[in-house]
Amino acid sequence: MPIAREPTLTFSPGGRTVTADGTWQVHALAHKRIMKAISSCLERAGRDKGVEWDLSGIESLDHIGAQMFWEAWGYERPASLKLADGQDEFFHRLETTGRIAMPRPRKEHFGWVTSLGFGILHFLEHLRGFVSLIGSVTQDTLRFIRQPHRGPWREISANIFHAGFQALGITALVGFLIGVVLSYLSAQQLRNFGGDIYLVNLLGMSVIRELGPLLAAILVAGRSGSSITAQLGVMRVTEELDAMLVMGISHGFRLILPKVLALAISMPLLVIWTDASALIGGMVAAKIELNLSARYFIEKLPSAVPVANYIIGLLKGCVFGMLIALVSCHFGLRIKPNTESLGRGTTTSVVTAITVVILADAVFAIVFNGVGY
Amino acid sequence: MNDQPIQEEESCGCPEGEGQLTLDGSVPVVEITNLQTKFGRTVVHNDLNMRIWQGEILSIVGGSGTGKTVLLRQMLGLERPTKGCVRVFGEDISLASSTHLQELRNHWGMLFQQGALYSALNVFENIAQPLWELKVMPENLIRDSVLLKMNMVGLGPEHANKMPSDLSGGMIKRVALARALVLEPKLLFLDEPTAGLDPDLSESFVQLIKSLHRELGLTVVMVTHDLDTLFALSTRIAVLAEKHVLVCGPTKEVIKTDHPFIKQFFLGDRGKRALAGLE
Repeated sequence: MPIAREPTLTFSPGGRTVTADGTWQVHALAHKRIMKAISSCLERAGRDKGVEWDLSGIESLDHIGAQMFWEAWGYERPASLKLADGQDEFFHRLETTGRIAMPRPRKEHFGWVTSLGFGILHFLEHLRGFVSLIGSVTQDTLRFIRQPHRGPWREISANIFHAGFQALGITALVGFLIGVVLSYLSAQQLRNFGGDIYLVNLLGMSVIRELGPLLAAILVAGRSGSSITAQLGVMRVTEELDAMLVMGISHGFRLILPKVLALAISMPLLVIWTDASALIGGMVAAKIELNLSARYFIEKLPSAVPVANYIIGLLKGCVFGMLIALVSCHFGLRIKPNTESLGRGTTTSVVTAITVVILADAVFAIVFNGVGY
Repeated sequence: MNDQPIQEEESCGCPEGEGQLTLDGSVPVVEITNLQTKFGRTVVHNDLNMRIWQGEILSIVGGSGTGKTVLLRQMLGLERPTKGCVRVFGEDISLASSTHLQELRNHWGMLFQQGALYSALNVFENIAQPLWELKVMPENLIRDSVLLKMNMVGLGPEHANKMPSDLSGGMIKRVALARALVLEPKLLFLDEPTAGLDPDLSESFVQLIKSLHRELGLTVVMVTHDLDTLFALSTRIAVLAEKHVLVCGPTKEVIKTDHPFIKQFFLGDRGKRALAGLE
């Protein structure tokens, strides 16, 4: 600090008078060494009530400097105090304000019991909200079917573009790599007992029935799910949601339905795309590792994987897409107008969407047990 | 400051006093020289000159889109000049090193139009944030100074634990003002301090700024549309039009200037009413 003279306290011989000097302003005081020295000096001087204080040598004072003295004096004027012009205002302000106490936040008893209770209630409330969201989307869909010409066509196509078309690159890349990995791992195991040619069955079945839909769903949940939640959350913060309601535009019809439909349409397509790139990846790896020709691979595929599996995969994609859209809309609409809620809401939304997708996958596995083998 | 000769020196040349903040009032608190601001191809300011002296309350007025807020952001170092320079406490803020800029930033406070409170922190934490940031202040000193600042802006301690989302517009402004003042700045920037407040609250806010100005010896730079606030507070008014400062001076002088914007702004019905209230 080039402009400030260091704040100091000096005791007269005998310790009857304390003289303050220098700049007693927050910028000069805010150094660790100075703060420490001053605090201990003030504390020592403040213990003796009979000390005479001379502050007239202080170059400049501010409320925080004054506050330090005030604290040392035990929140009252000392018996003997010498001030320069203008300094009295600070102490006058402190005197008239008096000692203000912070209100204590109310103490909570049985913290964990209440938090457990609130947690359960919270969960039930989310469940209720989710069910009512599904209900309202169903109603909106019926309305859309009855009057298709008044439907949100433009929003649907925009959402298909964002959630579907723009996800092509990443799903292809991830699908291809997973295909390569799977192919390598299975080839090594199969070679042990000479079952190389079963690679097509293994790869085709797992990718088409299980991994393709799941991979696409997880990527879309991360990509589009978070963006849907954040978009709705910011719309809440900027009161755009309220503006829509005031104009008589229903959230469900304009915001939620298009997203749900768009993901329901684009997810099966993404599943086909991911399946294809995963199989290509597997095919390339099989060629390198087992010298299995691409022609054999493609010819063998239809007989190795019954078409029912393909249908199940598409169905999964459609359901996963709708679930992701519903979950992210549900959390997006619950975001409160502050930054922390926005961040937390987006995280919860993505985590929940992925969990729900895996849960639904388990349900699919149980329901379609025995179909397509 | 049209009547002042345009400085002939090289663009802005900041040789003297470099590396030191001059807080004693010997140089203008804010000095803007030949400032040009461009966004893409749009020129917002061109050849803009302005000086603000210690202890003043300077109001910047101008039509919508004349770059008042941008000018304020220039003074705060949030925008960079395309040409020219902005000096605050004698230091060119576009050339200042980061440590200097940090030091500078502890000497000014800004009240944003919407308050810009940290929505994740409560009122007390919002105001205490700049003090915590210094890292050396003892906790009880912080508590006392925050409560004192709250008291100064007319907020009782019962509001300390509230979240910004639970506050009304007027309270948000008060909390934001307390936060702007907590480091005892020499220079205070206000962006539309009374916008969105009801007349009663605006009046008390004007009184509050007046008393704080007196008590803390602040220099205040304010952007406002509200004529009552403008006439009640300003010691000088700078009119921004045609990309530069059209006129800068005391109210009486500004009103006399012959320019369509000034005629319309100050001498329209609203302006006349506010002026009548002043006398």
